[in-house]
Amino acid sequence: MEKKIRNRVIIIAAALVTCILGIICYPRNDQETFGFPTNWQRLKENVRNRIRLGLDLKGGTHLVLQVQVNDAVNVTIDLAQERLRDELRARNIPATVEKKTEGGRTYLLITNVPQEKAGDLQTLAADQFPDWILSRRAGDPNAREMSLKTSAVANIRNQALEQSKSTIRNRIDQLGVTEPTIADYGRGDYELVVELPSVDDPTRVKDIIQSTAMLTLKIVRDGPFPTREAALAAHGGILPPDSELLPGRRESGSDTTTAEAWYVVDRIAAVTGRDLRDAQPRPDENGRPSVNFSLTRDGAARFARVTGANIGKQLAIILDNRVVSAPVIQGQISDNGRITGSFTPQQAADLALVLRSGALPASIKYEQEMTVGPSLGADSIRHGVIASIVGLVAVMGFMLVYYRGAGVNANVALILNLIILVAVLAYFGAVLTLPGIAGVILTVGMGVDSNVLIFERIREELRLGKTVGAAVAGGFDHAFLTIIDTHVTTVVSALILFTFGTGPIRGFAVTLTIGLIANLFTSVFVSRVIFDYVLSRREKGEALSV
Amino acid sequence: MEFFHEPKIDWMGKKWYFIGLSLVIFAVGMVSIAVKRGLLYGIDFRGGTLVYVKFAQPPNLDAIRAQLKKENLGGATIQRSGPASESQVIIGLDLQSTASSDALDAGKRAITSALAGLSGAVPAGKVDFNNSSPQTLAEHLVVADPLHLASQGSEEAQRRYRELADAMVDFRNAPPRSGLLADLSELKSVAGVTPGVLEALGKDFYLSSYAIRDTQIVGPKVGSDLRRQALYVTLGGLAAMLVYIWFRFELIYGLAAVIPIFHDVLITLGIFSLLNKEISLTVIAALLTLVGYSMNDTIVVFDRIRENVHLNKRESFYDLVNRSINQTLSRTILTSGLTFLAVMSLYLFGGEVIHGFAFALVIGVIIGSYSSIAIASPILVFFYQRAGKNRAGARPRALERETAGARR
Repeated sequence: MEKKIRNRVIIIAAALVTCILGIICYPRNDQETFGFPTNWQRLKENVRNRIRLGLDLKGGTHLVLQVQVNDAVNVTIDLAQERLRDELRARNIPATVEKKTEGGRTYLLITNVPQEKAGDLQTLAADQFPDWILSRRAGDPNAREMSLKTSAVANIRNQALEQSKSTIRNRIDQLGVTEPTIADYGRGDYELVVELPSVDDPTRVKDIIQSTAMLTLKIVRDGPFPTREAALAAHGGILPPDSELLPGRRESGSDTTTAEAWYVVDRIAAVTGRDLRDAQPRPDENGRPSVNFSLTRDGAARFARVTGANIGKQLAIILDNRVVSAPVIQGQISDNGRITGSFTPQQAADLALVLRSGALPASIKYEQEMTVGPSLGADSIRHGVIASIVGLVAVMGFMLVYYRGAGVNANVALILNLIILVAVLAYFGAVLTLPGIAGVILTVGMGVDSNVLIFERIREELRLGKTVGAAVAGGFDHAFLTIIDTHVTTVVSALILFTFGTGPIRGFAVTLTIGLIANLFTSVFVSRVIFDYVLSRREKGEALSV
Repeated sequence: MEFFHEPKIDWMGKKWYFIGLSLVIFAVGMVSIAVKRGLLYGIDFRGGTLVYVKFAQPPNLDAIRAQLKKENLGGATIQRSGPASESQVIIGLDLQSTASSDALDAGKRAITSALAGLSGAVPAGKVDFNNSSPQTLAEHLVVADPLHLASQGSEEAQRRYRELADAMVDFRNAPPRSGLLADLSELKSVAGVTPGVLEALGKDFYLSSYAIRDTQIVGPKVGSDLRRQALYVTLGGLAAMLVYIWFRFELIYGLAAVIPIFHDVLITLGIFSLLNKEISLTVIAALLTLVGYSMNDTIVVFDRIRENVHLNKRESFYDLVNRSINQTLSRTILTSGLTFLAVMSLYLFGGEVIHGFAFALVIGVIIGSYSSIAIASPILVFFYQRAGKNRAGARPRALERETAGARR
């Protein structure tokens, strides 16, 4: 064997060994160790661990949800409204503040600003509300509009998205779902895609993801009242300042009848979900499911102060703006408490989970839900494998019959092409989906295209009367640029697919791209080496089998 | 072996036959789309709910319909799927049927309860084994602990029961059961299943006569967004290729390669409409692949044309194109034949889930190869002759016709 050929054979052998190691024993993550399979069972297990299957093959749930980021913007505006009122009062500016929404724009309308206080308001806005713009209102010299800066709105929205993402991840992790994916959907519309392998009844997971879990503890001023009207009537139709009216359930002793009840509570919360350190489901003294929570040091101090000052009053435990219970404060409580209500054990456990993982800054709307049952996934794998094998055998059989010796060459290159493809998938942890398997089959079909181009060209060159060596060289040289061009167009369309598609289609784009790039190596380099080797062993004048 | 030995076919002379044929197929497809008021979109574009159910016995569609009516789902579509022996049914709801409810999955919940009603009373407090995930199974086993593993620590017990649950689910999902057990005792053949395990399962689980294999729920927003996006992506793909060929060849080559792609895509869409096949997201993926493939085929021919132009400056462009097509004919037929073999096996054996995808590829491979010879090349000749009029050194169009005529 010539030295030149030998070196190239070594390169190919090295590539082959690297690939096979990648498929059978390269550790895919930190937990695994490099383990050479010593028996069949281990080999099967290793291969299975290294090829990540998509949801369509392994079964599971794919959710697309939109974070309603404007909720977070609204909350910010509400808080600003309260703060602005307080500040105006503190500076003796007798103006009123209202929240207004016009044509999709929400702003704070400040009316009855006395002329001489206009300057003070300007200073106040500049000092205390740097994210806001204060402007005059057309047609009313005593009114001002205060609206959030566009950049601030964008900031709030992005933060809401990020926080939602981490909260959702937290909750799913606590549910013990293996290898979930939570990612941006990539359309810039505050959408997230959540993939939950092996979850085939997503109802509970979806509810858990969706619950906003806004917990607040507030002192009850008055109540419960049977209706909203009754509550308002008791206060002469106007709520006292800094209070609000919330719906809830009335609890009467051990009787768990659930009558509607309305409570007048402090507007400012004593403690919120952010002050929680931990929450666990525990049965209460009557054995009913409930949730025990403990507070952070900061929260505990505040809680102790508020409860100490309000002994004998009721404390409203409010979840998502509904009073779930309103126990009477028996004494000063510092760092822990209990939420009771009419929960099932499952509900208590789920509530504890969502409280632990923190509140969602914005509500969530589901837009898409795809669930593949595991049996369909198993069927798809079987179908995909059969189709691949049939396709491969048909193509290889044809190449053998049509090109004989060169057909063997093409088939060796094709097998190597597939090995590299699988190895790259394994090394990079790329996901194999059903369309991905289709991409493998298409690689088989399109991969031999390169060989056909080269072989046809060699035949043409032979027909022109060139020597065997010159014909082979000419065939490869002429076909090379064409192969590059054809591959580029296909890879470009695959890459575009990748940016557009969701999971399964991305899998197709990935396998097709890897397959075709590997094909450049196998059909041009490997195939050439095999030809050169055959030529070097050939007797002078012997015909080439192509 | 060789199919074509130096063919000498006058392709360009037959161009009107090809163009006529294309126009006819194109027109038929467009008429079909017009008559059917647009394309038949799959659920991912249209929005709605699809539930794919497999039954233990051949299902009675009327009984299913009656149950669905009880759940106020009179508008649901019920279709058999796959061969009759598979006893599979697809139940579909459009967006309107679930519009009254805020919850995206309201339709699915209603379908599930209709199905549960179909098989009679559900044993109280029991879970359906046939529609349970390994996780659910494992959770129940950990609680029942039939193998008395609790003493070995809860983590070990959870791991062991999860393994057992995985094995049982794999068994259930493997053919011939394909997701449906008729009797829990069938599980006996799974390694690690003891009579104690079976007993524990019997306490917690029952077997329904159906398995939900696939659920797809798409809200209205996703669907309409996706349709627009699919169009942009396909056009973007074409633009990218135009630029690439422009860069590698010349602008007229790029245009002559891109125009036939519209032909390929529109004809494929027409065929889908004629055969009442749905355009789903994966079909769009196949269309985009076909864009790449058709381009690929065209490039091989154009590459040869360019090479011949450099080698032989005196031959008329008309003859040169004919010669180039003939030189690459063998390759075109072979590779499209081989790719056809590959995608055909995907179409025949790939299963129900990617039928539409495989079908689009099969059609695409045929049309893509045909168009690079029959459509792209005549367009290139047309552009070349138009451009040639203003270019020094190029022959006038009349002369080329003459030489072509003389050869015939």
